[in-house]
Amino acid sequence: MANVEKDLISGQNTTGHEWDGIKELDTPLPKWWAYIFWACIVWSIGYFVAYPSIPTLTGYTKGVLKYSSREELSKDLALQAQQRGKWLADFQGKEVGDIAKDQNLLGYALRGGKAAFNENCAPCHGTGGEGSLGFANLTDDEWIWGGKLEQIQQTITHGIRSDDAKGRSQEMTRFGIDGVLKADEIEKVADYVVGLSSGKADAAAPGAQIFADNCVACHGEGGVGNQDMGAPALTNALYTQIKGDKASIVAQVTNPKHGVMPAWEARLPAETIKMLAIYVHSLGGGVK
Amino acid sequence: MTQATYMDATPYQDDLIKKFVLAATFWGIVGFLVGVVIASQLAFPALNLGLEWTSFGRLRPVHTSAVIFAFGGNMLFATSLFVVQRTCKAGLYGGAVLGTILFYAWQLVIVIAATTYVLGFTQGKEYAEPEWFGDLAVTVCWVIYLVTFMGTLYKRKEPHIYVANWFFLAMIVTIALLHIGNNLAVPTVLFGGPLWKSYNIYAGVQDAMTQWWYGHNAVGFFLTAGFLGIMYYFVPKRAERPVYSYRLSIVHFWALIFLYIWAGPHHLHYTALPDWAQTLGMTFSVMLWMPSWGGMINGLMTLSGSWEKLRTDPVIRFLVASVGFYGMSTFEGPAMSVKAVNSLSHYTDWTVGHVHSGALGWVAFVSFGALYYLVPVLWKRERLYSMRLVSYHFWIATIGIVLYICAMWISGIMQGLMWRSYDELGFLQYSFIETVAAMHPYYVIRAAGGLLFLLGGLIMAYNFIQTIAGNLRDEEPYEATVAAAARG
Repeated sequence: MANVEKDLISGQNTTGHEWDGIKELDTPLPKWWAYIFWACIVWSIGYFVAYPSIPTLTGYTKGVLKYSSREELSKDLALQAQQRGKWLADFQGKEVGDIAKDQNLLGYALRGGKAAFNENCAPCHGTGGEGSLGFANLTDDEWIWGGKLEQIQQTITHGIRSDDAKGRSQEMTRFGIDGVLKADEIEKVADYVVGLSSGKADAAAPGAQIFADNCVACHGEGGVGNQDMGAPALTNALYTQIKGDKASIVAQVTNPKHGVMPAWEARLPAETIKMLAIYVHSLGGGVK
Repeated sequence: MTQATYMDATPYQDDLIKKFVLAATFWGIVGFLVGVVIASQLAFPALNLGLEWTSFGRLRPVHTSAVIFAFGGNMLFATSLFVVQRTCKAGLYGGAVLGTILFYAWQLVIVIAATTYVLGFTQGKEYAEPEWFGDLAVTVCWVIYLVTFMGTLYKRKEPHIYVANWFFLAMIVTIALLHIGNNLAVPTVLFGGPLWKSYNIYAGVQDAMTQWWYGHNAVGFFLTAGFLGIMYYFVPKRAERPVYSYRLSIVHFWALIFLYIWAGPHHLHYTALPDWAQTLGMTFSVMLWMPSWGGMINGLMTLSGSWEKLRTDPVIRFLVASVGFYGMSTFEGPAMSVKAVNSLSHYTDWTVGHVHSGALGWVAFVSFGALYYLVPVLWKRERLYSMRLVSYHFWIATIGIVLYICAMWISGIMQGLMWRSYDELGFLQYSFIETVAAMHPYYVIRAAGGLLFLLGGLIMAYNFIQTIAGNLRDEEPYEATVAAAARG
């Protein structure tokens, strides 16, 4: 090459080419670079020999280690099933009440219940079971559908207003939009309920008689609630579907909102539902 | 202050290159902006605004397509068509006509793609979201590009083809293959279905494999080979030094081109993909490490003999930092392709961090370096409006990248570890929702990093507007203050 010249800084010759003022040095490949490149190639060939690698017309080379990710997964699952197996029999055979009496099983149920709760229930009820507007708080002693172990188990299994025929399904009468009560009557009964829930119920108030005629059938004498009907107690300031102010009570009596919960029977194994019932029962307000 | 302009009488179609430079700057800022928006949505979901058109799922492809195909695409057109003319000593094949058609058609493709994403049309393939009519428009553009580039190479007045052009040509040919291969689809209108919908001809694991053969090589060829072409011209030009090693450029070029195309299966480790294909993806990724580093060595070592320019020229700083980030992410990539590492990193934010160390650190930085070089040359200015603003851009953007990738490393590794934690009874230690809550602070940091990167882009755009207007910022010459500081 006629145009080869020596680069004074590096001491290398150029290749003699030039494009728009750019020249190239004739530097050999860096040795460390070439060695590592070869090492990667040799390692890869070794990997091809050891592991499944080369496709053939009817399958592929299995490698001397006979590794298969599918078999590895099956082994993992089998090992886990074996570890869980000794617990599983008890959870499948025993009733929740009996499980909760056995300290060993109870401990296992609380751990498993927490894991299942956080994966499945936390999106609505919160990671601590604290609930939010529209979703029941599970950490207090106030229960809409009952706080006994079996009641909780029933609610989780079949859901609330779910598509499960055994689910809890009662709904509150639409007093306003169905014309059962007039607007001014709803105002009066709402005033009475505000008084009830703040402990200042006034038996002489105009709403008291309306309450007795329309609400007591479900919410009970004095608004103590009825868990068989899913009618919450009105004698405290704990509300789930609405805030407890007068305007929201008027709205609720006029056109009620109802909580909905899916039936988990088809989604979770029965033993997991038992663990969940025991865990939820333990959160704070479990009823004996 | 205003500056003098100069005239020259080159036969090159530089007015076309100017258009691509302006489009790249514009789309870059759009892409960074949408990126900041969706990063903020991840940290604060209320920013989805409750509207389908502004939800994360629809804006995310707007971000990826804007930065890859709008910013990256216009960058590649600008630089490759600039470089091929100068290194071939020939004007563009087809004169300004073909190139101008390419310019307007490509901008149209971008607008069509973004509009359809926001309206909810997608074929659900990552980085290949446009429906069949968008794909056809891309194909037309690409054929025009290939003809223009090849035609110019053919009529070159230099005996040899410069290395930058090997990389550009490899990119153009391979992207054509990938785009067509991955997007083979049947429009439903042929069977009485809706006009806007199509179904891909692949199904199941074959669809996944084709998608990641495409997806990985969109990175490997569009964002790597093409941008190595940029590096091979602008680094030696700006450093005013010869390329470090011609032999290394040959060996690493062919090794890179041959190995990259097989690496896609590493996106599908531990899936229904057969084990032999997973082995293939992993080993070819590991073998790809040194061929990638060949490019880094050639970029960095070309600086030897003029390292002092790192202090005096912030444009060189962009170019060198980009090569450094390239080296880092092409080490991280093979490491993440190893199945044992991948079982932790897959599906986590670590992947997102890895992509962005390449995209922000390598692709965008080498682009910024090239743009800062190109604007004064194309508009025939003696120099940029302000070198000091270039330096501000460099540091602000670098801090942005560091915040971004560190946040994603921590968040990703934490997420992976939380997912695989079991207690001693065999129950999961953390629920998915707890891992999401734990990532929140890192999502805020990531969005802040992205905001800094966007700010840097705006500073660059301001610098270009002033340079093109012929203004000079009233500041002490950058080189002099650095030299004075160095003297103490």
